[in-house]
Amino acid sequence: MTALRGTLAALSQYPSAIAGLAIIAAMVLFSIYTVIAIPYTEAVDKWRGGEGIWLENPRTAKPKWYNLFPGVNLPETITMGPAGESDEVSVQKERKVVSEEMTDVITTFTFDYTADDFPQEISLFLTSEHEQKRPLVSLTWLTPDGREIRITDVTVEGPVTVRFSQEEELERRLDGVRAEVGLFADPASPEDDPRPLKGTYQLTAAGLVFEDDADVDARLVVYGQVYGLAGTDHLRRDLTLALMWGMPVALAFGLLAAVGTSVSTLIVAAIGVWFGGIVDATIQRITEVNLILPVLPILIMVGLFYSRSIWVMLGVLIALSVFSSGIKTSRAIFLQIKESPYFEAARAYGAGNFRIIFLYLIPRIIPTLVPGFVVAIPSFVFVEATLAVLNLGDPLLPTWGKVLSDARVNDALYQGNYYWVLEPAALLLLSGLGFAMVGFALDRVFNPRLRDL
Amino acid sequence: MTDAALPLQPGAESADRPQTQSTLARVVQYTGLRMIALFFTVLIGVYLTILIANMGGHVDEIRKGYIRESVAISVGIDPEFKNMTADERREHIDQLVALQEKRMGLDQPFLLRSFRFLLGAMTLDLGWADNMSSDSGSRQVRNIILERLPATLLLFSTTFFLLFFVGIFVALYLSRNYGSRLDRVIVGLAPTSAAPSWFYGLFFILLFAALLGWFPFGGLVSAPPPDSIINYALSVLNHMVLPVTAIFFSAIFLGIYGQRTFFLIFSNEDYVDMARAKGLSDRVVERRYIMRPTMPTIVTGLALSIIGLWFGSIVLETIFNWPGLGRLFYLAANIFETSVIVGSTVIYAYLLGFTVFFLDFVYALLDPRVKVGGSSGGQA
Repeated sequence: MTALRGTLAALSQYPSAIAGLAIIAAMVLFSIYTVIAIPYTEAVDKWRGGEGIWLENPRTAKPKWYNLFPGVNLPETITMGPAGESDEVSVQKERKVVSEEMTDVITTFTFDYTADDFPQEISLFLTSEHEQKRPLVSLTWLTPDGREIRITDVTVEGPVTVRFSQEEELERRLDGVRAEVGLFADPASPEDDPRPLKGTYQLTAAGLVFEDDADVDARLVVYGQVYGLAGTDHLRRDLTLALMWGMPVALAFGLLAAVGTSVSTLIVAAIGVWFGGIVDATIQRITEVNLILPVLPILIMVGLFYSRSIWVMLGVLIALSVFSSGIKTSRAIFLQIKESPYFEAARAYGAGNFRIIFLYLIPRIIPTLVPGFVVAIPSFVFVEATLAVLNLGDPLLPTWGKVLSDARVNDALYQGNYYWVLEPAALLLLSGLGFAMVGFALDRVFNPRLRDL
Repeated sequence: MTDAALPLQPGAESADRPQTQSTLARVVQYTGLRMIALFFTVLIGVYLTILIANMGGHVDEIRKGYIRESVAISVGIDPEFKNMTADERREHIDQLVALQEKRMGLDQPFLLRSFRFLLGAMTLDLGWADNMSSDSGSRQVRNIILERLPATLLLFSTTFFLLFFVGIFVALYLSRNYGSRLDRVIVGLAPTSAAPSWFYGLFFILLFAALLGWFPFGGLVSAPPPDSIINYALSVLNHMVLPVTAIFFSAIFLGIYGQRTFFLIFSNEDYVDMARAKGLSDRVVERRYIMRPTMPTIVTGLALSIIGLWFGSIVLETIFNWPGLGRLFYLAANIFETSVIVGSTVIYAYLLGFTVFFLDFVYALLDPRVKVGGSSGGQA
């Protein structure tokens, strides 16, 4: 305890270490929050759920804070209806009896549009309650300057989705301009550089039902170009989920891999030094072979041929790192310590080999290895990201590496979706820096030779 | 690298007077032994690779399934077999499959095949690819891989030399100006090396290709390739800037930090003070008393970092579309082209072996213990 306090006191001399510790602490707290707020199964289900769950999100939308940049005013998603579910006055539904057999169910959506750019898509989700005769819904668009544009007529059988951009008739009526542009464009703006007309728009869904109890409900989604804190990916998934869950995964992977490799390496090195002779020579030879083993290609092969689970990868990674170059460093220190007189004393009173190794030899050098251990954590976090970029990420879990991988596969940089790359990259960098800064400071604390360098 | 070693020679001779065997013989003996050791190391590494790639015949099953499927399809669409009964056709397919499996050597026990494969791998006779071919149209794995090797070597050798020389000179400069602003900046930047090269590659692409448009997004040459050799070379150079910078950036700060620290530790030794007291110039002190004892450690450190860089190349080349080994490996992994995957892994093992051997050789030239013939530090 006093040793820990002493270390902390020594660390507080370094501003970078304090910053690093703050980052690590924040990450740990945030990870705990994430795991509690979004349980594992929920996270996996949502991430793997495909477009069904994320139907009302725009595709590859930038995060909302893009609008904070000067001169940027991208539309947010507008979701309205069905009428009656909320007290919104913007969605009005009324029934008009036309004749004995026919009733008009009219839903009117009214909304303000103030963005400087056009929405991504416009969709209307229709559901109906009827027995035999299917309701007929006709859609009309009213612009702020009073133009009325007929969209289309649909018969509603079960849930129907009207995607405005796929209505060919409509596109023809708009002179070949895509629906989401044509419907919002200011007629006064130049044709090759259309600007949206700001103001109050209205969509009327007039449903003609042919039965007394029949009903039609409609939900309008005007997909924006920005979404949430982190934006969305090509499958409309909210990136905050992956970015949040990436943190506990990265921390767990990095910590476990670092603990596994450093502890096993330490034990192997101690055993080699203590027993010497053939044992030591064998360990040395294995280390040399291991140095030449192409670790990443082997990991990739394991991922391809056996399992992509992140925990299998972790196991293989640790197994491949047991005889890593770290053995040479620890061995050099062990060789020096081994000559200390208290080992002779221990032997004299009859301590067994493993008692000496685990109780006297290893504890002596743990402090010198702590910095290396801390510095190793981010490199393992990046190993996970590397595997994910190679399409070998865990099949279930959302991780930062997988977000990067998706972004790369979908040419995010080429198409200007920088947020998609920058967000996971920034988090990776932040976690890497946090551990590295602490590790480097620890290095100076534990290796007095470096202290004033 | 010899440039850095050369200035050390005079010091070496004066220090190593009492020798019984000639220096050359010792260096040759040492490197010879290392070569044999490394050969066996590569052998074991390659055999492990084969074992992993084929443990439990997992890959064989995939290949057998693939053979059966393709045979069944070709029989199915061939009008000649239209009139066969289902049983006849099945029998015919079985015969064809057995023939194909025999052709691929799948009917032999795994142990036998693994040694055959090992021999093939060590002699670079890596068999044929099922679904990949080299740009020149060859399906031989050796040709596919060797065609990609120059691009990788070009990229990495350039970066290695840059890293080595820039690293040493900047580290020396910093150890001389310890505590200066530049020194503090570089020490502060050392943690950036936690991220691999491809990670910085992404940023560089974003900044210099996407936003500024100074350099191409990726590839080896512009398309279509320029006709004249000079323009071709310039185009390759232009495409190399970003990947080289990415690798360089990911390794340089930690390298400088490590070397600078070594230089500083060794410049605090008593014999350095003694040399200074004798009135030797700073340059001489640096060369003979500081660089000399640190060189072996620095070379070892470089060996380790280079090994790390080789693996980083897989993703880096993929990100930059650099047509080298790494990208080949990535493509092969994506379509399960086992022979190419194993072949590339073998080549990686060889490359690592050569890297370690080369550095061992440099080590032998630098480390006085090899020349004098003392034990190499082991204390068994």
